[in-house]
Amino acid sequence: MPIDEALLERMLLRESVSEFLYREADLLDERRYTEWLDMLAEDYQYSVPLRMNVAFGETDAREETRAGREICWFDEGKETMSLRVDQLNTGLHWAEEPVSRISHLVTNIRLDAVELPEVAVSCRFLVYRNRVADETDFLVGRRKDRLRQVGDSWHVVRRELLLDQSVLLAKNLSIFV
Amino acid sequence: MTTVEEPTRTGAPQVRNLVDVKNGEISREIFIDEQIFKNELENLFPRAWLFVGHATQVPEPGDFFSSWMGADPVLLTRDDKGELNVLLNSCRHRGMRVCRYDEGNTLQFTCPYHAWSYSIDGSLVDTPGALHGVPQQKAAYGTNLEREKWGLVRAAQVHNYKGLVFANWDPEAPSFDEYVGDFHWWLDNLADAFDGTEGGTEAFRGVHKWRIRSNWKFVSENFLGDTYHGASTHASVEAVGIGPGGKGKRRHGERQNEGGFSKGRMKTSFRRGHGASDNLAYEIPYPEFEEAELDEYFVAAWEKRKEKLQAEGRLLGGRGPATLFPNMSFAAGFPRTILVAHPISPTETEVWRWYLVDKSAPEKVRDWLRHYYMRYAGPAGMTEQDDMENWDYATEASRGVVARRYPYNYQQGLGQETASDLDGSVHSHHAIAGEVNARAFYRRWAEFVDNLSWPELTELARVDDRATERDAVVTDVAEGVKVLDAVDVVDGPPAQ
Repeated sequence: MPIDEALLERMLLRESVSEFLYREADLLDERRYTEWLDMLAEDYQYSVPLRMNVAFGETDAREETRAGREICWFDEGKETMSLRVDQLNTGLHWAEEPVSRISHLVTNIRLDAVELPEVAVSCRFLVYRNRVADETDFLVGRRKDRLRQVGDSWHVVRRELLLDQSVLLAKNLSIFV
Repeated sequence: MTTVEEPTRTGAPQVRNLVDVKNGEISREIFIDEQIFKNELENLFPRAWLFVGHATQVPEPGDFFSSWMGADPVLLTRDDKGELNVLLNSCRHRGMRVCRYDEGNTLQFTCPYHAWSYSIDGSLVDTPGALHGVPQQKAAYGTNLEREKWGLVRAAQVHNYKGLVFANWDPEAPSFDEYVGDFHWWLDNLADAFDGTEGGTEAFRGVHKWRIRSNWKFVSENFLGDTYHGASTHASVEAVGIGPGGKGKRRHGERQNEGGFSKGRMKTSFRRGHGASDNLAYEIPYPEFEEAELDEYFVAAWEKRKEKLQAEGRLLGGRGPATLFPNMSFAAGFPRTILVAHPISPTETEVWRWYLVDKSAPEKVRDWLRHYYMRYAGPAGMTEQDDMENWDYATEASRGVVARRYPYNYQQGLGQETASDLDGSVHSHHAIAGEVNARAFYRRWAEFVDNLSWPELTELARVDDRATERDAVVTDVAEGVKVLDAVDVVDGPPAQ
């Protein structure tokens, strides 16, 4: 049977991307934040817009707030991300003291576009947090990542999350989603 | 003082006995008890002036914004005459929430249940919100349905204060101006642009909304004048530094050598229940920015405002953090944001945050502020995250049978209030360690929850007994600063 070289290449690429995203989830859940920061490009941009309840015909115009112009849950670069890591590393950040138990599940991984050295990846995420005793949060939604090839690994360049909640049911977002 | 008294003739427990202002002890029951919570919903929220939204959220005729007033969902709308209306979001037929959208534009709300429709367009109905369409009206009601009586319930009073929209369900309630009193100076600084232009601010699109497992009063109290929690609660964010000066700089950006808490920024406490973490005599300097373009904007704004206010004989201070009784909190400097703590149950609250910006701010300033707001406040804000941890677990650990027998301590600066020139208010004796604001807040809270009449409430707030009952130790804030500097060195991060 002849081998479809193009398909094989694409599968290997997806495998490489998936491995990278799973490793990232491990670093976050193992609280290796400083190492995790190294997976982000220097020009990293992260945005999580607010989601609103709007009429059927108005979803395009109104359903999400716009990164770059309006209030979001997050809309920031690597510098602010680093500050968040610094805060977690003080040991005085009471929102995560005692530390939470967190699992990042990443699934439905697809390559939306391959423009090497960059690829556009879409996936679903489920972030579970449990802390103290019964404080439990589920953050679920869609994610679009832009990754850049660096040697035999990747950097995350851009990440856009759509969190499936309008009123945030978690008391805070003191974890990396 | 820790047990709820026998019901009075109105069937409500007396909460006044749970708030011992004289000794600075407040029962935990007021943060936990179901019946007290019901009395708050019944006697406090439908009589208080509540913040509903910002006028710039509904700029065009037909625009609406969904909000809450206490336990009730409301719609803030703009009608075709440009007037603002606040309508109860519940169909008069079977109660369905006629609008489940957070925002939008429409000229009528049609209930999905049986399609009663309510117009907000004054050209179709005499009163915006009136019942406009009833399916099969003739077959169902003949000529008996008096449509003018079955419109959406309207808030009895609505007041647009420089873009800040407030409403009150009680037609007997005093006017907004009377309810607010001299606390309006803080609202002015919130609503006016940084250069002093009246009402020169607008709300960014996007309101942070999130649930916490805390009593709503923890939130109000925190911004009312609790400058005491900053050093501990916000130690981590202060260690990291997220302020205007860049990494490693204080999160509010005060120039500490020119003022701040080390210069005795006394709090202001109003007999009407409002409170602020600062006073009008103390002006926060504009922050130091890393970038010159930002510096230029704020230097010019501060200068222009100073000139304008001094010409009007006004003092330059009053940026909070502050709380307008009962549940609207705000800061009018860095950051500039409004919070409302919506009560859901004794131990659950939905917190909303709006963010304001000068209408005339250039893109660079707008963008810098927007980023600063998001890293500072809201559930992802590096400062506010830690507040929620405290409010939630303070609530949880106060629920126990034994815990509830022991009151909270509110004794800081007991009996050491200093007189104020503002109507019905006093200042704290100390910039950080003073709980005079909280004591006044809970005293007023109890008066409302015990359902005192408007004449009684008005009479009680007419004179501030804290400043008149004894010889004032210190007669004004400026004097207080001198005394403080002589005996104490105050250094700690500010509130919020």
